[in-house]
Amino acid sequence: MTSAPMTTRRRPRLDSVAGGGSLAAYLVAFALVGVCLAPAVYIVLGGFRTNSQIIQSPAGLPDPWEVGNYLSVLTGSLFWQELVNSLVAAVGTTLGVVVLGLMTSYVIARYPFRAKHAMYSLFAAGLMFPITVAITPLYILVRDLGLTNTLAGIIVPQIAFALPTTVIILVPFLRAIPRELEEAAFIDGASRLGFFTRMVVPLSLPGVITVGILAFVASWNSYLLPLFLLNDPDLYTLPLGVQAFASQYSVDTARVLAFVSLSMIPALIFFSAFERRIVGGLTGAVKG
Amino acid sequence: MSTPEHVNLDVPAGRTATGDGARQAPSPAPGTNRRRPLPWRRWLEILLLAGPGTAVFVTFVILPVLMAGYYGFFRWSGYGPPTEFVGLRNYQLILTDTAFLEALWHNGFILVMSLVLQGPVAIAIALLLNRRMRGRSLIRVLIFVPYVLSEVIVAIGFSLMLHSAGAVNDVLDRAGLGGLRQDWLADPDVAIWSLMLILVWKYIGFAVILMLAGLQGVPDELREAAAIDGASYWKTQWYITLPLLGPTIRIWAFLSIIGSLQVFDLVYVIWGQYVADTAGTSTMATYMVANGRISGAYGYGSAVAVVIFLISLVVALVYQRYLLRRDTEGALTGGAA
Repeated sequence: MTSAPMTTRRRPRLDSVAGGGSLAAYLVAFALVGVCLAPAVYIVLGGFRTNSQIIQSPAGLPDPWEVGNYLSVLTGSLFWQELVNSLVAAVGTTLGVVVLGLMTSYVIARYPFRAKHAMYSLFAAGLMFPITVAITPLYILVRDLGLTNTLAGIIVPQIAFALPTTVIILVPFLRAIPRELEEAAFIDGASRLGFFTRMVVPLSLPGVITVGILAFVASWNSYLLPLFLLNDPDLYTLPLGVQAFASQYSVDTARVLAFVSLSMIPALIFFSAFERRIVGGLTGAVKG
Repeated sequence: MSTPEHVNLDVPAGRTATGDGARQAPSPAPGTNRRRPLPWRRWLEILLLAGPGTAVFVTFVILPVLMAGYYGFFRWSGYGPPTEFVGLRNYQLILTDTAFLEALWHNGFILVMSLVLQGPVAIAIALLLNRRMRGRSLIRVLIFVPYVLSEVIVAIGFSLMLHSAGAVNDVLDRAGLGGLRQDWLADPDVAIWSLMLILVWKYIGFAVILMLAGLQGVPDELREAAAIDGASYWKTQWYITLPLLGPTIRIWAFLSIIGSLQVFDLVYVIWGQYVADTAGTSTMATYMVANGRISGAYGYGSAVAVVIFLISLVVALVYQRYLLRRDTEGALTGGAA
């Protein structure tokens, strides 16, 4: 955890030593991409078929192409409402994680006080507590706080469970800010808060973006927590809503496929926009 | 006018704990525990900055785990305070329930198979892809698609493809392999393999990307030197690249092991809360949900959570102690130093 994750690594130039086998590399890449995409393609194409097409030929192509399934999902309010719920939960979680995580990491990284090692260890130990283990008491806790059936009731626990990774990733960033910078800022008359907002926040931005994305994706895909805490269908997030839709319309396979493929789109857009950051974040998170 | 923090700035002894300030302080040596008492203003800042995050974390992560430990000693329906103390009875029931032992066995199967099926394949693919090739970044994005989709979406997509009249059996028929038709989700001998297939599909991209990232950290010079010394491509990979990829492999395996012990969403969405038992795909987590909250036995469910936690903890600690120690250098123990 000592080296700052900002280090850029030289891209490997392997051609010089790669030898033959580049055709094999393309074949493997092609096969791998095919295997990874086939189920997603099946879902998207399935949405363009009718139920009778699906029954007669489960693996066939749409013939003719049927857009009614997609239109009925898009013109209904259910999908949009669940999309908004997911967005509110994910944005709320991300903001909370970034703000609370940055403040806490700043203290751990740059304030000398006796309990800071214990504090860091406490957060690091949190990495070992999966939400699965805590879910039953978490439900009781959230219920006793009167937060069941509110989006806040899933946002706050999600923030809490994202904080360990956040602290682990951000502390090295904050520690890497040179002390001279801090001293110069104070000599120039900056307040502590001014230094925090004008120097600390910009300098730790790469780390902040990474933890923000990780928190967003985790919230977007989370299922167990909303499953336990949200009973009101009006508050369902997409994973919950997709499952409810699939069991409610289980005979209408084509419409389920259309609903499922539309709910894949936001995650895919978000992911392709931030692909590098996510990959960097994952490797940064595990390698420190 | 001098505010307390300005005063404090001139006191290097108070800053030794942050490491890089230590060189400005002639004495005491770094690592010494002697620190000056902090002015109240600093404590206030620490409290205001770190207080909210720590409070949220302790309340919603640490406290529930402790609560699970407490509730696990009671027979309790979740309403009112738990009063019917049963000691270790819940744990006795769990460990003698064949349904739990079967679920535990499934988690073990998933754990071993994830390592055996995914690891070597992911490493081989990463080695092959770790070269300059056209569309390299596009390939990386595309093989990451399954990892990005939520488990619920994956579960619904696969359950539609794998049921007995679904697309997979149809494809087998068309390929003239009708003899391989299976009842992929309902046949208890096959279902656990279907689950494995879906898990591998979902997480292999993550493994490949992780290995590729690890490969970027392997210096070219070593491979070039080996090539100059006449080593073949595969020999270079085997003797140079693979050992240097060790830390990445060990960390991937760690994540995979912990993930294998927590499998829930896929099973719960595809097989539901009870069918998983008969389909032979139940896991400790689905057992916990089916026998805890849903049947209103919160004490029992909490005890199951504790068992899952203890198993994960022991596995994690043993793994850390014997395999990860070199790589993380105490990330979980006092890494703040």
